[in-house]
Amino acid sequence: MGTTTPMRFRQAIVNALADEMRADSTVMLFGEDVAEAEGPFKTSEGLLTEFGPLRIRDTPISEMGFTGAAVGAAIMGMKPVVEIMFMEFLGVALDQLVTEAAKMRYLSNGMLSVPMVVRASVGSGLGFGCQHSQTLENWVAATPGLKVVCPSDAQAAYSLMRASIQDPDPVMILEPRILYAERGDVDTSLALPIGKARVLRKGSDITVVALGQMVNVARNAIEKSGLDVELIDLATVVPWDRETVLASVKKTGRLVVVEEAPKSGGWGSEIVAAATSELFSQLKGAPFRITTPDVPVPYSGVLEARFVPTADDVARQLTESLKSGTTPKSWWELEGLK
Amino acid sequence: MSAELKRRKAVQEDVVAQYERMIEIREFEEQINGLFASGSIRGTTHLCLGQEALAVGLASVLRPTDIVSATYRGHGIALALGLSPEAVLGEIMGKTIGCCGGVGGSMHLSNMELGLLPTSAIIGGGMPVAAGAALSFQVRKTDDVAVAVFGDGATNIGAFHETLNLASIWNLPVVFICDNNVYGEYSRINLTTPLEDLHMRADSYKMPHFSLDGMEIAAVQKGITEAVNRARSGGGPTLIEAKTYRFAGHSRADQALYRPEGELEKWQKRDPIKLTEQSLVASGALNAEKIAKIKSDMKVTIEKVVATCQASPEPSLASMFQNIFTPAKAGR
Repeated sequence: MGTTTPMRFRQAIVNALADEMRADSTVMLFGEDVAEAEGPFKTSEGLLTEFGPLRIRDTPISEMGFTGAAVGAAIMGMKPVVEIMFMEFLGVALDQLVTEAAKMRYLSNGMLSVPMVVRASVGSGLGFGCQHSQTLENWVAATPGLKVVCPSDAQAAYSLMRASIQDPDPVMILEPRILYAERGDVDTSLALPIGKARVLRKGSDITVVALGQMVNVARNAIEKSGLDVELIDLATVVPWDRETVLASVKKTGRLVVVEEAPKSGGWGSEIVAAATSELFSQLKGAPFRITTPDVPVPYSGVLEARFVPTADDVARQLTESLKSGTTPKSWWELEGLK
Repeated sequence: MSAELKRRKAVQEDVVAQYERMIEIREFEEQINGLFASGSIRGTTHLCLGQEALAVGLASVLRPTDIVSATYRGHGIALALGLSPEAVLGEIMGKTIGCCGGVGGSMHLSNMELGLLPTSAIIGGGMPVAAGAALSFQVRKTDDVAVAVFGDGATNIGAFHETLNLASIWNLPVVFICDNNVYGEYSRINLTTPLEDLHMRADSYKMPHFSLDGMEIAAVQKGITEAVNRARSGGGPTLIEAKTYRFAGHSRADQALYRPEGELEKWQKRDPIKLTEQSLVASGALNAEKIAKIKSDMKVTIEKVVATCQASPEPSLASMFQNIFTPAKAGR
């Protein structure tokens, strides 16, 4: 373990980009207002000054064009990092990522690699409304050929960024926007390989798997509950770490997944399905998911705060499930809403 | 007739009402930052200060049965088209009095009685939708038109080019209005676009196009009327570039420190409010005393709007589950 430095989540991103750019002259960054303005969320602070306009570029508002340009540059040996300001803006560029980038190696009989990174800010909690607040893991997670990661703290933001840039294949990084200003200690020598989950807390009662901003929620819930919970930050959605998660569930016999995504079609369904199929006889209770409801992200502060799982919610459901052995109701079921 | 339709009718008929609406938009937008500071507004907002003439000029020319798609910089257009200040500010504050009951927010304003589709927070997002509305008018043989209002930045997105091409080959009754306020987010248009006159892009779609002075309401009305008349009479689409200027930053977080020195001041000399005042004083419709009264009355009006919206209830939890799907009906 090397020395750690305190920094904000967004600074960890800047530092990882800078360290990769110093180490590898083929790494470049482009996106809307990333150069002169240093990023709408200040995730490229100082990069234009250090690396110059050839490698740090502002783009027009043309996500399809510049995401596709990253595909071409990557094929030719560059390592482009593309910033999509809000994940929803990927909608107009999805073709280039899931249909072009993710298929190049397959369709070139293994001749081509596409070492590109697409970063996008995701998630709710800041009052940006339903077209700027989704997590949308499932837009990208069902695409073979595309890796998907999601950091939950400054350390993960740093290490996953470096791993993603070094990866020879296309990687999508989902950056929880609400975490940009959060502080954390970062050890720049610590590697977090893509596909490796992080066991943040050892425990024996229940395995809780969380992602992104839900990791903090789960951690707070565990403290509130006083239960002996094993907390796993999944960190990589594709390919997810079956070994770590299933070994933990085998040990505890119980699994709860905490997700920011809507109930239907969330990444957690995959985890619950795998645990149920593979460890059925060893389970002590039914695995279940704590998610947001199947509604667009509401704007009102009161509603948005209620929309997302809270530490109280998660603590209640963990405690209830252990006590009663049944699957607890979601907050909206308790409210009689659907 | 609803109160909001009456508000719409007023700006269609009376030049002083048009001026008052511009003052309303200005006063409204100037309240927003204060309401942020006091915690009454969260998230983000995109102000249209300096772009009031385009909003009101547009509303004065269109019928309520015409359809408008606009953007997240939509407070002014919503007010101009006739939404009440309570419906707009209430939505920005996330209250039940808002036009979307508080679940939409600043970037998503709408009222179909006035022809305003939900404003989109995605660049170019409203353009194909407006073309589709125009398609419905064409097929049903009405003489209504659809208008898409979008920013200069949108002219670099695929939806702009695809929609112009489609509208042209289908000869749709749609008017495309590019509100060129010089900046796309934090970038000056010349840094992201190789031509100064964005309306020239319509040439490659064989579509009539022109620019107009977006700071001058009479010029806005003349230009939009020409394009709307063409669309109503089966002459097809037009691309208009309104030359305006964004007096505020892109959004709440942006102080627009990237502007060249003196640029804002240069444009402020052609402030649309000032230009309208000069013209109405010259025509005898207004004088200094009446102008001062309109402004002080509007301050009081908007203060009351703020108080009303502050007092409006927060939405219920149930409201986030509403309006996701259309309720099933029996039969067809």
